[in-house]
Amino acid sequence: MAEFEPVLLANIHKPDSHTLSVYRAAGGYAAIKKVLSTMSPVDTVELVKASNLRGRGGAGFPCGLKWSFLPKDAPTVYMCVNADESEPATFNNRILMELDPHQVLEGIMIGCYATRAQTAYIYVRCEYPTAYKRLHQAIQECYGAGLLGKNINGSGFNLDIYLHRGAAAYICGEETGLIESLEGKRAWPRIKPPFPAIEGAFRKPTVVNNIETLANVPHIVNRGADWFKSMGVPSTNPKDPGSYGPKLYCISGHVNTPCCVELPLGVTCRELIERHGGGVWKGRKGKMAIPGGMSMGLLTEKEFDTPLDFAGPGKVGCLGLGTAAVTVMDETVSIVDYLNNACRFFAHESCGQCTPCREGTSWTSRLMTRILSGKGRLKDLEILQSISQSIGIMPGTTICGLADGAAWPLKNALGKFRGELEEYIKKTNPGGYQQEEPAMALVELAHH
Amino acid sequence: MCLVETGTKNKETGEISMVPKLVPACQTPAKDGTVVVTNSPKVKANQNFVQEGILLDHPVDCPICDQAGECWLQDYYFEFGHQERRADIHPFTSKRRELGPHVSLFADRCVMCSRCVRFTREVSGEGELMVIDRGSHAEIDVFPGFPIENKMSGNVNDICPVGALCSTDFLYEQRVWFLEAQNSVCTKCSTGCATQMHVNHNQLYRIQPRFNPNANDWWMCDAGRYENQFVTAPERLDGVMIRRNNAWEPLDWPHAIREVYNHVADVALNHGGSHLAVVLSPFLSCEEAYLLASYAVSILSDVTLVVGKIPVVGQDEKFKAGFTIRAEKCPNRRGVEEIVKHFGKQPLDWDGMLAKIATGEIKGAYVTGGYGDPWIDDAEAAKFERLESLVVQDILPSPLARRAKLVLPGVTAFEKDGSYVNHAGLIQSASWGLRPHGGAHVDGQTFSDLLGRRGIYNAADVLKELAVKVPFFARCAEGVPPAGLNLVTGQEKHPLTTELGTVTHPTPTFRSEASRMLEVESSTR
Repeated sequence: MAEFEPVLLANIHKPDSHTLSVYRAAGGYAAIKKVLSTMSPVDTVELVKASNLRGRGGAGFPCGLKWSFLPKDAPTVYMCVNADESEPATFNNRILMELDPHQVLEGIMIGCYATRAQTAYIYVRCEYPTAYKRLHQAIQECYGAGLLGKNINGSGFNLDIYLHRGAAAYICGEETGLIESLEGKRAWPRIKPPFPAIEGAFRKPTVVNNIETLANVPHIVNRGADWFKSMGVPSTNPKDPGSYGPKLYCISGHVNTPCCVELPLGVTCRELIERHGGGVWKGRKGKMAIPGGMSMGLLTEKEFDTPLDFAGPGKVGCLGLGTAAVTVMDETVSIVDYLNNACRFFAHESCGQCTPCREGTSWTSRLMTRILSGKGRLKDLEILQSISQSIGIMPGTTICGLADGAAWPLKNALGKFRGELEEYIKKTNPGGYQQEEPAMALVELAHH
Repeated sequence: MCLVETGTKNKETGEISMVPKLVPACQTPAKDGTVVVTNSPKVKANQNFVQEGILLDHPVDCPICDQAGECWLQDYYFEFGHQERRADIHPFTSKRRELGPHVSLFADRCVMCSRCVRFTREVSGEGELMVIDRGSHAEIDVFPGFPIENKMSGNVNDICPVGALCSTDFLYEQRVWFLEAQNSVCTKCSTGCATQMHVNHNQLYRIQPRFNPNANDWWMCDAGRYENQFVTAPERLDGVMIRRNNAWEPLDWPHAIREVYNHVADVALNHGGSHLAVVLSPFLSCEEAYLLASYAVSILSDVTLVVGKIPVVGQDEKFKAGFTIRAEKCPNRRGVEEIVKHFGKQPLDWDGMLAKIATGEIKGAYVTGGYGDPWIDDAEAAKFERLESLVVQDILPSPLARRAKLVLPGVTAFEKDGSYVNHAGLIQSASWGLRPHGGAHVDGQTFSDLLGRRGIYNAADVLKELAVKVPFFARCAEGVPPAGLNLVTGQEKHPLTTELGTVTHPTPTFRSEASRMLEVESSTR
């Protein structure tokens, strides 16, 4: 197979890659011109549908299908662009926004044209000041060049793009949480249905797409759906829409060269580590890896050959591909430390709307803190197991998927590393690991 | 969230296919053929887990919590929760901080239902309360420097299902299972909120609104709830006093009744009926007003009947959800007016009477009061000095009482049975909960004695009599249901015949699981 040539990241190494002139020189804004002059919105949706482009934000919902859910006769449709990239170790959107913002904007324009949206909001997390600045500049440039505003290119298509900065909450990356936050409320996700496509931002039909998803759209328009489907892993089962196209993989953790690379979907975790990440650092061996952001669970070293496509991680007990942000941990990392970190993160980020998540995540965090401090009991593992099984959308006890994300690291760690956890507890608490009575809480180690 | 299992029944095969996951019941529309299971082991296990989660951060300080005994968390935990604690045991904390003059917050006890936040946004409309922080750190709070001090703030204490928001006024005053509830009607303004007074050992501990969709919904204002100190005021009139030789002398009731006749009837008989004014206070119940009016016209049919002074303060205050505090600060203007209109030859209002006193047309007066707040000033009272005879029946001393020849102690609405007609014509009945103060008599008893009736005054019987005699009250012939009867439109918005409870006790028969267990325990001991 010939060496894969990056598409999404083709421009980022050029000097001043974030400017309109550089983007145009590389053939930018040809796709929107083509769409405006030759295609109808329905054609555009059909094209994206035919390409089987799946959402890159985590859930992998087919993008074209999402666009086709919008009511046909709705007078006002909003496009919300989810740039609240808060999944730990994920930075692919950031690279796109900082180094090639025009590619993103072109994707947004085509998306808006396809969905008949005349207003788009880009919800940027506040920790990305450069991305905000570059996007802001890029939008200004587009207005100056007549690519945004009224009657773009004489096509009668109007579009305004607004930038909205979040206030650093993980939950704002959940699509309805994002909409609530955009409306100026607490980012408490909404109960679905109604889905945003029916009633979203400001009670109007809304389509919420990830930055990377939209960045793929101009290339699909330029090169066609067949080109897009020539990459990736074809569908093996009629219910699975397949994993096609290029994907940005973020590699971080204990590797020699942490980076973001663009590869066709379906590359294995081991290949990412060895070939693109430069191998595990300090000559050590890998112990485990997170396949796609903290909430997706855990791969053991033996499972490193799992192909990272939309269906791959699920086959080895992980939640899914997620954001394809691979975090590698070497053999010195304790599973207790990993789990403590994961639990603390989700306890901190739980929005507090649903009791099972609010209390469940903080409970796991406290249990892990106590285990870590050498006061763990074997019974705690059973409690962790029971919490992990009763929070989340999967058992149906919460509104959004944050709790599933909190449950999966627990499920995987308890399933794949139970021996190590038990050993740690027995070693650190030899006198009390078999205790069954409720323990006294640690006062000074309140989580935050 | 109330999680349930749902499924759909296939109409043709009758087969039920269940959805594998749970759904929140309140957010799931029911359709034809929807199957809902609320008590399967799976549902129970999850309810159980939610209960356990809520109790993680809860201090379980029930022994010192005011809400204990009427706490929904207690009840639900008894019903759905774990019997054993799996979570770590936390140090005991119950820090109180005041969010406003009437509202105390124990943040640890909060279960984050955010009903109070919704109340301030949707009902009172002032929006002082908010949720701060996130996840398990979330707390109810006010913005610094902006306490919750709207005129309906006390309601947030009622709607708090646990002991997180407590009434500062009631704090640590009484365990709720010792309290006895009596249905009452608020007399603070002409909205006439249906209330419950909670009493133990003849002491009024708190007042809570009683649900009445025709008058006040679930709410009442802070004035009605907290400003009832006059009931136990030390200066309350507690015995009949007569002025003899420029000095006050006490008098017993049988003599007092005769003295009233001497003072009042003499004026009428000497000068003619129209020279005697009998003032029916808007604080009298309909029954009492009827008896007093009957007594007045029994002396001479042309005795002047006067509607007492109507206290008006400021403007009506309407809140977001429609609840209104009225400027007219009396409970029964409407009812008294109807009775005066029915019996009086030339009914007068207060100012009309003052004018006639000034011209000397009125030579004697029998004035009833019952006002909780100071209602007459020295200058106005001085106008009564020209009268030959003045009898005052009131609950508190006033400049007018000081000028009277005979002072009869009356009682407050908490101490008497009676019915009141609110601004919209809704008649509601109240029961007594406290015994009359000191040597005071229930006003109805006094009027009944004046009329020469035998026995104890019974408001229910008088109301039936009133319904026959005065057409306006005809609908009350069968008594008044808890949600009241609208005498003006002849139809209630919500005709409810069942007994109605408060927010904390939605049905009056509801007793909390905890207090029921206490009862069982004490009865078996």
